[in-house]
Amino acid sequence: MDKNNIAIPLTKKDFVSDQEVRWCPGCGDYAILSQVQKVFPQLGIPKENFLVVSGIGCSSRFPYYMDTYGFHSVHGRAPALASGAKLSNPELSVWMVTGDGDAMAIGGNHFIHILRRNLDINILMFNNRIYGLTKGQYSPTTELGKRTKSSPHGTVDYPFNPPQLALGAAGTFIARGIDREQKHLQELMKAAHAHKGTSFVEIYQNCVIFNDGVFSSLTDKMEKQNNVLVLEQGKPMVFGKDRNKGLCLVGSKLKVVTIGDKYNLSDVLVHDETNKIKGLLLSELTYEDGFPTPIGILYREDKSSYEEMMMEQIDNAKLQKGKGKLDKLFHEGHTWEVK
Amino acid sequence: MNDVDRSSQQRENLEVVTIRFAGDSGDGMQLTGTQFSDNTAIVGNDLSTFPDYPSEIRAPLGTLAGVSSFQIQFSSLDIHTPGDKLDVLVAMNPAAMKVHLKDLKDHGILLINTAGFSKKNLKLAGWKENPLEDKSLNNYRLIKVDMAQLVTDATGNLGLSPKIIKRSINMFALGFLYWLYDRNIDSTIKFLKSKFAKKLDVIESNTRALKAGYNYGETLEIIKTSYRIPKAKFKKGTYRNIMGNQAITFGLLAASEKAGLELFYGGYPITPASDILHYLASYKNFGVKTFQAEDEIAGVVSSIGAAYAGSFAVTATSGPGMALKTEALTLAVSAEIPMVIVNVQRGGPSTGLPTKTEQSDLYQAMFGRNGETPIAVVSASTPTHCFEAAYEASRIALEHMIPVILLTDGFLGNGSEPWLIPKYDELPAINHHQTTDAENFLPLSHDEKTLARPWGIPGTPGMEHRIGGLEKTEGSGNVNYEAENHQYMTELRQKKVDIIADNIPNAVPLGEESGDLLVLGWGSTYGAIRTAVKKCISNGQKVSHVHLMHLNPFPKNLKTLLKGFKNILIPEVNSGQLNTIIRAKFLVNSEGFNIIQGRPLTVHEIFDKIQEVVKG
Ligand code: SF4
Repeated sequence: MDKNNIAIPLTKKDFVSDQEVRWCPGCGDYAILSQVQKVFPQLGIPKENFLVVSGIGCSSRFPYYMDTYGFHSVHGRAPALASGAKLSNPELSVWMVTGDGDAMAIGGNHFIHILRRNLDINILMFNNRIYGLTKGQYSPTTELGKRTKSSPHGTVDYPFNPPQLALGAAGTFIARGIDREQKHLQELMKAAHAHKGTSFVEIYQNCVIFNDGVFSSLTDKMEKQNNVLVLEQGKPMVFGKDRNKGLCLVGSKLKVVTIGDKYNLSDVLVHDETNKIKGLLLSELTYEDGFPTPIGILYREDKSSYEEMMMEQIDNAKLQKGKGKLDKLFHEGHTWEVK
Repeated sequence: MNDVDRSSQQRENLEVVTIRFAGDSGDGMQLTGTQFSDNTAIVGNDLSTFPDYPSEIRAPLGTLAGVSSFQIQFSSLDIHTPGDKLDVLVAMNPAAMKVHLKDLKDHGILLINTAGFSKKNLKLAGWKENPLEDKSLNNYRLIKVDMAQLVTDATGNLGLSPKIIKRSINMFALGFLYWLYDRNIDSTIKFLKSKFAKKLDVIESNTRALKAGYNYGETLEIIKTSYRIPKAKFKKGTYRNIMGNQAITFGLLAASEKAGLELFYGGYPITPASDILHYLASYKNFGVKTFQAEDEIAGVVSSIGAAYAGSFAVTATSGPGMALKTEALTLAVSAEIPMVIVNVQRGGPSTGLPTKTEQSDLYQAMFGRNGETPIAVVSASTPTHCFEAAYEASRIALEHMIPVILLTDGFLGNGSEPWLIPKYDELPAINHHQTTDAENFLPLSHDEKTLARPWGIPGTPGMEHRIGGLEKTEGSGNVNYEAENHQYMTELRQKKVDIIADNIPNAVPLGEESGDLLVLGWGSTYGAIRTAVKKCISNGQKVSHVHLMHLNPFPKNLKTLLKGFKNILIPEVNSGQLNTIIRAKFLVNSEGFNIIQGRPLTVHEIFDKIQEVVKG
């Protein structure tokens, strides 16, 4: 090992492992992998301090392709594994990669609890609204009525709305990106890293094999500007090819308005990512027809992380009681001497 | 006791006594028993306890199902069990008497709180006539006393609430037993003062009840003698009383300190394992990190994550909790993660008998997983042995980079006995495999002697690697689905367990290495088997006892030992799990002795069975 290598700036190459990437050609996962490999060297963290943890599914192959410490765990359990690793060594930059099935179905319980505890872990959830690895069954985010291998007559399962679920679970950083919006995705990853607490980034990802085009209205060059609302802190929520559409609050509901005749720009809601009510309203739009899909940071809140509070308790206990001595602990309570 | 003159009292010395406090689960029997145990430790007797209580926090009042009891055997001799037959039974209500009377010796003392014997309670216990009023109890030394009334009288001028007075009645029974066994009551007064700190009325009420019980003994016609049990002859050293679950935490903590690693505990509350979490959570000044997870699965998986990141990681559970951990255990085996999984066994299946003891998870520990997933298994045999067993399980996990299941049970977890406090410096060293040697690092290479893989932890420059549950290539750890590789890795995982046999002591029998009968046991049957076999040996019978701490792998000399005996008897609190494994592995004609009633085996049951086998 070259002792001086810390001084050499890291590049994308440093994070590419020697393993052949085994996703289907054209899968959205490739783009996401590439963004992560571009972002990691920019974070100012020594390479050895990254840990990438995953569960099971196509997306969960991710750690194998990153030249970092990595753990490919079992179905749905990545949040628990990531939590244990983070608590063991709070210095680590822990990234959890998961999918809609892994995080919302089999790992749903762990997902809500990691958010509630607010460990400083970054979650990237690739949402392709289908089960890829098991070959095409509907997932907990599949739209109602969709025909899949396991729902030949259409699903009768109402889907989860991931940002809303995360908000309900007291998540402190809730964002959404799209595999094809690469620059935007990089910014989200940097913001997720900067946030001290659990960061949840939902990434719409195209599964070319089992659910191709599910997000095409959000990625198609011609259509996307009319369908995607890019949230920017402190900026009015404007979208549309001609940037003449905006979101207004009418009563307690959002409404799409055209800026010009009846409404002007000052009527349009300004994005405030620290406003929980607005975050809730925006997350409502996930499956809503006639509304744009918001991407960016939907909600963000600063509060102490679990590991901060845990370490504080440990430090205080050491201060108050002195560093533990086993011989002393063994002798606590009543003892007696046999001579 | 200083303020009572008992110079007129006759005293008789006894060697061994067994008493049991029994009452409603709200009657404070566990606290009474614990107080008596602590006091017994102070006197310097050897002792062994058996708390037994219903799983409901407040079981229906007065019913058989709601009876809570605490048994203690104490002696001037070396004892190994809480005792079989009772010298004294304290029954606070008819249900308690109904459940426990069968265990009282002829002419044993039966102390009855008549205040609990209302018509309603008699009916709830299934008694049509009041047994206190006919001759059915003539076989016992019956002491009927209205404890409620006497405690009320004793606290009469204080103007205390009836609730406080009622809650003090158990102290009357305790005071009486202190009198009976010639004890000093100061330890309990000290306890009351610290437990109820500012609640002066509660302290006063309990203290008066305690003294009233003590003084009542003085006035009794039926018992003229109090008893004294001389100090037991212990090995030299400092002692304390300890419960199995606490001993587990001491063992784990000692191992982590010895190995120089931080202790991480991920777990979910479940009876009867929760105390392990409680104790560990209080060791924060040792840097212990406890994580109360959202479920059993997250409990074990967070421990895997912590172990991967470099902590000495532990989880503990019981009953159905162990079933939930199965999937993660296979991951720990596949990824070769060093960790300890404590299973404080309880009666099953499903939620089964949450507060009762059983040894029924041995098959599960050995085989209960998908794929071929061998795991090392260690078991504890007494409450104090829980310390040693936890230390040993930790040592194996860390020295072999492997998950280890530690089996205890409810009887061990909640039972207590005097513990010769070890000196930390004298505990054996524990090595582990953390390394910073990036140059020579291959994540899934294996040490020749232990088959441990190097433990390269995140944060170490130059050793970045990936690991997981998919089949791997030895060395690089890369995913590998090739047919022959799978066979190789499957065999390697088995070898990793087998090779531990080189690193554990041989089994040491009590008695000769050959003879008419070997009694083979594991876990909490130790005390009962040991006592029964000792009796056989002193009767001149050619009976020996081997108690296994290591269940997977077995000690190397077990085969030779088994072949040295005409008969092999394996008593277990299950329907014959070790017996099946021994028969399959060693092709011997061993015989099981199986009682599955949610209680420990008794000495006389085993003794009688031995006689039956030996006589053929
Ligand atoms: S099945 Fe779908 S999600 Fe999985 S790798 Fe192929 S395209 Fe990607």
